Amino acid sequence: MTERFDILVVGAGPAGIAAALTAAAAGKRVGLVDDNPAAGGQIWRSGAAQSTTARNWLGRLAASSVTRLQGWRIVDSPSRGLLLAEGNRTCRNLGYEQLILATGARERFLPFPGWTLPNVMGAGGLDAMVRGGLPIAGKRVVVAGTGPLLLAVAAHLARRGAKIVAICEQAPLRRFIPFLASLMGEPAKAMQGIEYARSTFGSRIYTGCWPVAASGQEKLESVTLRRGERQWEERCDYLACGFHLVPNLELPALMGCHIQGGFVVVNHLQQASVPDVFCAGEPTGIGGMELALLEGEIAGLAAARNTDAANRLARRRRRTLGFVRALSAVTELDPRLKELATDATLVCRCEDVPLGKLREHGSWREAKLHTRCGMGPCQGRICGTASEFLFGWDAGSILSSVRPPLFPVRVSSLGHADTLADKGDGLASAGMLASKETE
Amino acid sequence: MPELPPVHLLINDVAITVDQGTTVASAILIVGIPMRLSVTGEPRGPLCGMGICFECRATIDGAQHQRSCQVLCAEGMEVRTS
Repeated sequence: MTERFDILVVGAGPAGIAAALTAAAAGKRVGLVDDNPAAGGQIWRSGAAQSTTARNWLGRLAASSVTRLQGWRIVDSPSRGLLLAEGNRTCRNLGYEQLILATGARERFLPFPGWTLPNVMGAGGLDAMVRGGLPIAGKRVVVAGTGPLLLAVAAHLARRGAKIVAICEQAPLRRFIPFLASLMGEPAKAMQGIEYARSTFGSRIYTGCWPVAASGQEKLESVTLRRGERQWEERCDYLACGFHLVPNLELPALMGCHIQGGFVVVNHLQQASVPDVFCAGEPTGIGGMELALLEGEIAGLAAARNTDAANRLARRRRRTLGFVRALSAVTELDPRLKELATDATLVCRCEDVPLGKLREHGSWREAKLHTRCGMGPCQGRICGTASEFLFGWDAGSILSSVRPPLFPVRVSSLGHADTLADKGDGLASAGMLASKETE
Repeated sequence: MPELPPVHLLINDVAITVDQGTTVASAILIVGIPMRLSVTGEPRGPLCGMGICFECRATIDGAQHQRSCQVLCAEGMEVRTS
């Protein structure tokens, strides 16, 4: 059985919520499908002390006619106008006339000795765990990596009682503080947060600084930090380390959307290169929440054929694109970060493939075939992104290896295999993953 | 917000009580055990917290390989780490 929607939106973060509400307000039958237990995406994660903006949008969503499908991940696009979604127990077919992709972004992780130890997490990763109920009061935390997320996470964890031992930003941060503030969605609030962080953490904010090793027996006990020539060790319970954000491009790539420079190419109405497919938010350029909301509204209006209104908003969007480019420049990675991992450091955490094994190969494809790198459950989402930076392997070639299912699926989901079969090697890959997952 | 009753669950047969809205991944961290052993036997915990990295997978109410960061604790739930 297929549920049919005029407009289906994938991803219930700010862009997806704005798109869904805008399209529903135009009288369309709208579905909003999302992988997480609750709507809001990563930035409006449930359990957060939510901002007025978040409460407003989530409240509007709850009161709307939008069909909300939480806890469903898209695993295939079996034919035009149809997506296959897998939940915790079953599968469902979702039909659409217009599709809006608002798949958001994830953190970029870079390997260094000890990064696979328990309690070494992403910055957003640890934040998510704390919002998900992990007590952090009294715990010693090192926050590291790059991007505006670091200070936001440190401030949040400190409010929950964590002892922030150090904040290590790989870029020279100070000159960008006012600028970053304006990018973080709600400038006034972001500025407050940053001022709070500065007054709270003071001299514990290090710029041009990064972790070179994490140590511990069964789990993290200490982190070695380096800033210029100086190297020192900090005892800590958690290392929250993420190197800014990279977009979730697997579904746009599967749909055949043209991707350039690591982002989905869209026109002024957020239309991708594939007919009836729109894209909004971080996959079209990392620009933060306000831009994501705007792009979501444009996509929702355009998909509902309200082109005049979409055009008016599109003019507003154009004015914000300079910020996207500037943020990208601010968070550009220091090339010395490529030298943190040794030959013994694992790059692929699913298949435990060390850097030394990958070095022998000239491309992502070759490395996959010879080492199983990127062939575990995460399907290269972590090590592919790292390899792009470490080896300069082309993001396009990494994405070209995307095939259904987008996530490991249950054997029973292959009952929908008519859906997977017409993709040639897709079924074989699905079968392999399924059998691996049920060992 | 009204006070919601706590949730009781079993993690590797150990009883634990958590607040409503707690993810299974956070509950496993509270117990303080690894989520899984890697293919070469390393202990692992969660990395991304958003369903991407698959490091937090666990068996939840008999369903294998669930990403525990994407599942909320429920009354009477039984969780096993590998």
